[in-house]
Amino acid sequence: MPEARSITYAEAIREALDDAMASDESVFLMGEDIGVYGGAFGVTTGLLQKYGADRVRDTPISEIGIVGIAVGAALVGMRPVAEMQFSDFTANAMDQLCNQAAKLHFMYGGKAQVPMVLRAPTGSGTGAAAQHSQSIESWLANVPGLKIVMPSNAADAKGLLTAAIADPNPVVFLEHKLLYKTKGEVEVGSYSGGLGSAVVTHEGRDVSIVCWSAMVHKALAAAGSLKDQGIDAEVIDVRTLRPLDRSTIVGSVSKTGRLLVVHESPLTGGFGGEIAATVTESDAFDFLEAPVKRVAGLETPIPSNPELEKGVVPQEEDIVKAAVEILAG
Amino acid sequence: MGNVVELNREEATELLTTMWTIRRFEEAVDDLFARGLLHGTMHLSIGQEASATGAIAALEQGDYITSTHRGHGHCIAKGADVTLMLAELLGKESGYCRGRGGSMHIADLDAGNLGANGIVAGSIPIAAGAALALKQRGSDRVVVCFFGDGAANEGAFHEALNMAAIWKLPVIFICENNHYGMSMAWTKAVAIDRLSRRADAYGFPGMTIDGNDVIAVKEATERAVKRARSGEGPTLIECLTYRHKGHSKSDQNLYRTREEIKEWRDKDPTQRFARVAIDAGLMDAATAEDIAEEAEQRIARAIEEARSGPDPTLVGIEDETYA
Repeated sequence: MPEARSITYAEAIREALDDAMASDESVFLMGEDIGVYGGAFGVTTGLLQKYGADRVRDTPISEIGIVGIAVGAALVGMRPVAEMQFSDFTANAMDQLCNQAAKLHFMYGGKAQVPMVLRAPTGSGTGAAAQHSQSIESWLANVPGLKIVMPSNAADAKGLLTAAIADPNPVVFLEHKLLYKTKGEVEVGSYSGGLGSAVVTHEGRDVSIVCWSAMVHKALAAAGSLKDQGIDAEVIDVRTLRPLDRSTIVGSVSKTGRLLVVHESPLTGGFGGEIAATVTESDAFDFLEAPVKRVAGLETPIPSNPELEKGVVPQEEDIVKAAVEILAG
Repeated sequence: MGNVVELNREEATELLTTMWTIRRFEEAVDDLFARGLLHGTMHLSIGQEASATGAIAALEQGDYITSTHRGHGHCIAKGADVTLMLAELLGKESGYCRGRGGSMHIADLDAGNLGANGIVAGSIPIAAGAALALKQRGSDRVVVCFFGDGAANEGAFHEALNMAAIWKLPVIFICENNHYGMSMAWTKAVAIDRLSRRADAYGFPGMTIDGNDVIAVKEATERAVKRARSGEGPTLIECLTYRHKGHSKSDQNLYRTREEIKEWRDKDPTQRFARVAIDAGLMDAATAEDIAEEAEQRIARAIEEARSGPDPTLVGIEDETYA
């Protein structure tokens, strides 16, 4: 076994960036306040000193420019890793991300490649309110050409980011703000993996809880509470929404016969609908013993007040309640 | 007119050949469309041949361009194979983009054409990004970024020009001011008398030139290329020009007068350059006519070849989305 030690999710991301920059001259970072400041969440701390201002490039507050320049640099062979200070700001750069980065490979008949990563802190829980707290994965999930990665823990964050940087396609890498300080066992040295594969984080027989990012931790806590009530929940961490590992989800539901999807973004149009449809369109439908359920964010922007903020996104008790209802049939 | 004395016979022949090739290409595809043999839409640059030809004549092997929805001229001037272009417009598997891109999305990466773009101003940040990559790698290559007067009012223009300025990127911004963003007169879309004034706001040189004078465009671009190659950063060149045809195939020309169109047809850059080259003794009248005639024949042959190319199929199309 390779040597491992406990580090934070933010440190794991930094290690992946550091390893990629050390091994590949074409990798460089670009974003607002990523240099001396170290990024709004400190993820790039120390990299400026190590790699210099050309490879850890502080930008003006210009999201179109940041993403568009990454696209252009990638087109001619660089591997830019651009940062949106908050995932909400991706809205400013949607043309460059969705019309340019995502489409150029197909639109130009396969000759062009756009090997770039767009990192962005996402999600609620910091009291930063509606324009700094939303979950944007469903906006992007309907865009063929993008890959979408949402790691839930430090070890996955490192391996997935390494894989994302090496990938020849544009990858959106969404980092949940509440996870930055969470610790986990992470291998020393560079490793890559997980892109396009979901993982069973906790095995169980009675209900499959499918989730990603920070919701994985709430689902795991819920699985603990459900155990006390005699319900054996399985937790699936989707990890990448595009490409989606449908077979792991279908396999789990075929075993448990019940599906509960949990996500932080609002219910309507949320990615949970895609997961539910994947199961009902598959052979797992024949094994379903109860209607599929979704626990998701309320149909509101994220409010500032801490109690309201907590109340509009799924919490452990919401997941427990939904699972119990499913089991009650 | 730019200084014709600086040109030799070979250069003059090359410039005129490129301009006539663009003109004949676009006249031919206009005709194919009218006859129902071409599907979709297209944006013709008839009347604007000088800016594409002159700017790209200032480049060397290994330099890049980014193009626009009105990009046939840029693509031809950068050395594209007209048969592959026609095949693309005809939706053939044998086209530049295997029939996936069409008129608005031709890229010829091997020749340094990073692609036409259907989003107004979409390619401006991309050009800056390619220039950043070149600078970062220590290359002395440059990027010419074409866009129109309409694009100058997009946010992408502002962000990209500012970032190109602060990092002194080797990019030349060529604004082909053809007087209209679809139907919107550029003079109604801005409150300044020259779009090139905007360069002042970013801190690099800007100039407005006669965009129907291929020699003037070439000379201005050469100066900007020299500046870019030596690490001094970008330049904004506004080329005043005019499209003889409508914005796209749906245009009824309701926003401009016949008189205005006629006035600009009289300033046709291609015939104008032929006259200048003949007067300067760089070619005789018969040679100039031969160049136009040969371009027409070359395009006619290319259309026949392109039309015989295979049609694409849907087999495996979802596998093409990702590299």
